[in-house]
Amino acid sequence: MQSLFERGPSIRTRLVLSLAIAGSLLFLDYRLNTMQPVRSFMTSLVAPIQYIAVLPEALLDRLVYLSTTRTALREENYRLQQELLELEMAMQRLNFLENENDRLRQLLGSDVRQASRRMVAEVVAVATDPFSHQLVINKGSGNGVYYGQPVLDNRGIVGQIISVGRNTARVLLISDQSHAILLRAERNDIRVLAKGTGDLELLELLYIPHSTELIEGDILLSSGLGGIYPEGYPVAMVDSVSRNEDRPYARVLVRPFAELDRVRTLLLLWPANATEEPVFDDEVPDVD
Amino acid sequence: MWIKAGLFHLLLSYVLAMVLMVMPLPALLEPWRPDWLSLVIIYWLLAIPHRVGFGTVLILGLLADILMGSVFGIYAIALLLIAYPTVRHYQRIRNYSLTQQAIIVGILVLVKRAVVYELEHVLNDAVFHLPYLYPVISSAIIWPWIYLIMRKYRRRYLIR
Repeated sequence: MQSLFERGPSIRTRLVLSLAIAGSLLFLDYRLNTMQPVRSFMTSLVAPIQYIAVLPEALLDRLVYLSTTRTALREENYRLQQELLELEMAMQRLNFLENENDRLRQLLGSDVRQASRRMVAEVVAVATDPFSHQLVINKGSGNGVYYGQPVLDNRGIVGQIISVGRNTARVLLISDQSHAILLRAERNDIRVLAKGTGDLELLELLYIPHSTELIEGDILLSSGLGGIYPEGYPVAMVDSVSRNEDRPYARVLVRPFAELDRVRTLLLLWPANATEEPVFDDEVPDVD
Repeated sequence: MWIKAGLFHLLLSYVLAMVLMVMPLPALLEPWRPDWLSLVIIYWLLAIPHRVGFGTVLILGLLADILMGSVFGIYAIALLLIAYPTVRHYQRIRNYSLTQQAIIVGILVLVKRAVVYELEHVLNDAVFHLPYLYPVISSAIIWPWIYLIMRKYRRRYLIR
């Protein structure tokens, strides 16, 4: 029952008290980084909300799938088989080159590169905050996902894992404003640092001298120097180079290969030196 | 008596607001997504201020932080700062016409977004884009409907 006279502390006191709690949590999380266990617990807590949020979209996809005709399926099947054939032929050549590369590296006395392990993950939610470009995927610590793990899609590097729950994990995209990645130009091995701009389609290269040899259309690969991303995966293509001498550095914008605005399926990568092991779910084959 | 009437439906409305907050939308509509959580919180603060208070706002803000992946406390602080004027003046705002209320709600959402932006700017060097303020307009436009639907919902399930 609502009483005519308020009891307890005044609303100003209550506001100051709540603000103090929120402020100290902010300090603990941002400055001291002590909130990680609480964060992963709460991530698991809100996971159902994220699952409900994508339900309509998933249902729609299912309906579209159920209503595809036999002919369309047959055509798609044919197209996929052709693609598979081409990929298999490319694969044979790749195997041969890999073996040769290993032999040559042994001759040179350097380490043989080890294969990395992969797992497919689905995107379950997208953070809509324009100040943080993040995705939530449906694999978590139960599948061996770990903090700082690289995430790719079929075109290039997408981002890295920044927090892990039991069944979900959060991916920080390379386009986030707080993210930077070390790259190397494919053509001339120039090493560059690409920082996210908050725009899904553009990254910016930092500290590029005006005399740079980079030109539009150059392909940038991950250099593996940061220790997080493996070497040699495509990341971005140079979009524009503006050499305005008024500025201390040339302004170079690059366009990521990964379609960050419409990723649905991602690839988690366990590099050879990772301590965690991927744990695969028992895949139930989809019959219908 | 700890469990009061309509607790379930009160919680359900929060969950729905958070679902709408993270639901994927087509890229065209994405910048215009109304600030559902703020709207629902403002409504409950106006309707049953003796029941929904700063504690609720604090907890919802922290959950929003987790959902959005921002630093703990950013959304909580912003929501608390708009909850204060709402609770302070709820009797006056209740008696305004729907258009006037919509303007007030627009200003509150603007303040909330400005606070979030400022905190993100200080902590993570966020850069400002104008589309970040589109939800101010869409929230104000959608407020009269939210108000009417929520009132019906409140009366139907006897949340008081």
